[in-house]
Formats: sequence, structure tokens, C-alpha cells
Amino acid sequence: MNTQAIRAIYIYEMKRFFRTLLQSFISPVISTSLYFVVFGAAIGSRIDTVEGVSYGTFIVPGLIMLSVMTQATSNASFAIYFPKFIGTIYELLSAPVNFLEITIGYVGAAATKALFIGTVILATAALFVDLHIEHPLAMVAFLVMTCVSFALLGFIIGIWARNFEQLQLIPLLIITPLVFLGGSFYSVTMLPPIWQAITHFNPVLYLISGFRWSFFGMADVPIGLSLMAIALFTGLCVGAIWLIFRTGWRIRQ
Amino acid sequence: MSPIVSVRNLVKTYKTGFQALKGVNLDIAEGEIIALLGPNGAGKTTLISTICGIVHPTSGTVTVGGHDVLTQYRAARTLIGLVPQEITLEPFETPLNTCRLSRGLFGKARDDAHIEKVLRQLSLWDKKDSRIVTLSGGMKRRVLIAKALSHEPRVLFLDEPTAGVDVELRKDMWKVVEDLRASGVTIILTTHYIEEAEAIADRVGMIAKGEILLVQDKAELMAQLGKKQLRIDLLAPLDTLPPDLAGRGLEVTPDGHGLIYTYDTRAERTGITTLLNDLQKAGLHMTDLSTSQSSLEDIFVGLVKENA
Repeated sequence: MNTQAIRAIYIYEMKRFFRTLLQSFISPVISTSLYFVVFGAAIGSRIDTVEGVSYGTFIVPGLIMLSVMTQATSNASFAIYFPKFIGTIYELLSAPVNFLEITIGYVGAAATKALFIGTVILATAALFVDLHIEHPLAMVAFLVMTCVSFALLGFIIGIWARNFEQLQLIPLLIITPLVFLGGSFYSVTMLPPIWQAITHFNPVLYLISGFRWSFFGMADVPIGLSLMAIALFTGLCVGAIWLIFRTGWRIRQ
Repeated sequence: MSPIVSVRNLVKTYKTGFQALKGVNLDIAEGEIIALLGPNGAGKTTLISTICGIVHPTSGTVTVGGHDVLTQYRAARTLIGLVPQEITLEPFETPLNTCRLSRGLFGKARDDAHIEKVLRQLSLWDKKDSRIVTLSGGMKRRVLIAKALSHEPRVLFLDEPTAGVDVELRKDMWKVVEDLRASGVTIILTTHYIEEAEAIADRVGMIAKGEILLVQDKAELMAQLGKKQLRIDLLAPLDTLPPDLAGRGLEVTPDGHGLIYTYDTRAERTGITTLLNDLQKAGLHMTDLSTSQSSLEDIFVGLVKENA
């Protein structure tokens, strides 16, 4: 294992993040505050409670998930797309590293950034609503697993993308809708039966549900199912990346 | 001594069906500078990319330091530094950061003293914290070299290091290469400038259409180049050489109207004065004299034509 390479990639990527720290810090704070003003104060004041939790509090896990998923995806996709775009990927291809080391370096850094943003949102949310976390350890675990799995997905998107448009396409057309429709801002039980059934095909539902369970101790789907879903998703992504590096798909000429 | 880089029957056929390398064999000795000379599209970059692991060969083997580049890629690649042809650098990074990344990628522990040494050697130390986008073209190219050297390779590949570089910078680059050789690094460079091969290489390999046409010591090549031919046009044609003039490398042209005398320009005596005196004594009337020299370029063009 070339641990020096993992370290070098990780540090290099994190430096990029720290260069724009202010921006990375301020934008989630502002967007979270906006969500709380709109959903929490304006709309939420007309909704009693969801599953016995005030609406403002109820949306906290979904809100964190929304940002973490999109941030992990975009960070990781950009991190690997950019070297491909400007040509510095030659160095990665000629270095004594294997796919696992490259992936750990890039995905690790992207997941760390998303985790940082998730934590900032959680802290901001605590300023607006009363937060009581039922299962703190499970909460951290779910957060970390989501950061990692979506960074893996982003990494694949970054390799797949041939231009900046494609880089934005998947997050915009697939991830955002899946997150919104996965119960970020509502409980699935609030949907008509037919939509409830359809929603169960949305993989994001299992992640959000599990994360919400760690906050309030209640969920749309059993917690075991959530864990299985996230493990399956992570496994699929790692498998896809292994295959990509083995075949050199969209990396080598 | 076994070669540091050994290429055997290397074939690369791209998906489009284009055969970039057609069975290349090449051995490179440790510590030498070899220049691969060839026109654009000859296969120079493909050859380098295959040795460095960027392109997978269709067939054939490559070893670096005795390690197969496919099956023992870690050991092989650790020895190699690659300076690509295109300037590919992240614009908002700094030379120092990008060199640290390169060092780490090749499995070496962080060593800022070594990177400082490399950056100083390439006159980049003052710019170590500048964003790369603010550097000049020549500096960017040196940053690429610094990256390749930051992990202490034993073999350095320079893919057209002076393409699109002005004359002065080219000379600077040659100086850099000289210094690197002095530090014991084996250097393989590609170029399509013949003067470049003449200026810095120990050996010259000529490559065209995916084949190596010739690999020769530069000194031997230059010896061929040092030869000049004197053509003497005669008023009256000759059937054979007069006996008085035999034994000094004179030849009669097929039409009998001329004599060809081959001599070494660098010899103490070229023998031209004696020859001309002797011709006069032999009663031969000369109508014209001309000399010609075959350049590396002539040899190269000749070889390419032969193989076309």
C-alpha cells in the first residue's frame, strides 16, 4: 500500500478546500438559515408536528443530508474531473499507485469536506430549533457513511463526464430530485399510498430515514434496511471504480 | 551491465486500428542521454507513454531497472520521472505544493529539503509560492521538470522539452539536462530538432512510423557527418583512374566526367592541396570543384525514405 500517495492526494485536495474556506463555511450557513426562515418559521408555523416532532426540527436531518449528498458528489466529481480536463492526470496514471489508493485519497478528501459542511449545518440548525439527538453515535456513523458513499458516486461521475455540462448533469437531474423526493422535508407516511410505494424504490429514502432515526428514534423504513441500503450503495460504487481503473475507461486513451 | 530500460518487440495498436509502434526494441544504459529523433506522429510519445505506464502495450515487454512495467509496476514506476510534452499544471496551485504531491504519489516521504534543492537547481525557488498561472512558459516547463525530479527518479523522460521554446530558453534547458546527467540520472528525450540531439545526446535513436530505424553513438554519427566529399568535374571523361592517383580514396563517377574525393574535415591534413597538385601533374583539366557534407538530417531523411 502506497500510503504516502494517499496522504499526498488527501493533503493536496484539502489545501484546495482551505484556500476557499470562507466560501465553504459561509454558503452552507446562509442556505441553512434561509431554509429555516422559509420552512421553519413561515410554513412550519402552520404545520403542527410531524410524527410528534415540530416541523422545524423535523427537517434538520433532511437538510443536512441534502447538503452533504450534493457537496460530497460535487467535490469528488470535480476533484477527479479537473486533472482529466487539464491533463495532469498523466501523473496519476504513471505513478506507482493502484485504484484503491487514488480513490481513498480523493474520496477521503471529498468526504471530509462534506462532513465539515454537514457539521456546520447541524451547528447552525441548533441556533434555530431545539435539537435532541437520540442516538449520537449512529448519527455520526450515518453522516460519515453518506459522505463517503456520495463522494464515491461523485468520483464515478467525474470520471464519466466529458465536459463541465455533464459534470453538473447527474447531480442536477438525478441526485437533487431523489433527495427531495426521498423524504428530506416530509415523512413518507404523509404521501398517498401509490406514491409511498414508488418512493420505496428511491435509494435516498433509506439514507434519510436512517439518519432521521438517529435523531428522533423513528423512521420511515426499518433501520436495518437503511444500513443494508447504504452498504449496498457503497459496495456498488467501489466495484464500479475498480472496474473503471481496470479497464481504463475514460481515463486512458 | 544490464540496461536500465529494456524494450522488447513492443507493439501498440490503438482502438482506431492505428499501429503506433511496430515491434520496437531498445536498450538504454544507465547514465546515458539518448535522444529519440523523429517527425511528428512517429511514435515517440507512444513509446514513452508505454514505458511510463500511461498507455498499455498491445504486445511486447518493457522493463525498467529489471522490473516489468506491467506486472511489477510499482517498482518500475518508482524509478521513472516523466516530463510530458504539453504543459499540464493546475493553474492555481504553487510549484511547492505540486512538487510535494508528485513526491508523495511516487511513494516518497515528505522531504522539503530535497524539493528545495530541485527548485533551486531549476531557478524556481523564488517562485515556489506563486500561483502557476502567473509564471512564464519557460518557468512552467521547469515546474514540470521539478515535479518529475521531486521523487528522485533514476530515469527521466523528457517528451519534447523544447517544443515551442525560444532559442535562449532551449539553451537553458540543455544546460539543465547537462546538470541532471552530472547527477547520474539517465535521460531519454524526444525531439524533432536535430540540433538538439547533436547538442546533448550520447546516443541518437531515429524513429519513424512506429519503427526504430537506427540507434547509434552520436560520436559515430558525427564522424560520418565530419566526412566531406569533394567533387571534381573534368573536361575530358575518364574510363579508369590513372595509376598515379590510385590508393587515396578517389573514385570516378559513373559518367566518367568527375572524380569524388572523400576526406575528413577534422583531420590534420585533408590532402586536398596534394591531390590538386597531382591532378595537374597527371594532366587532367578541371572545369569545376564542389564540396558537400551529409548532415544528420540527410541521414535521417535518407533512412525515412528507405523505409517508406
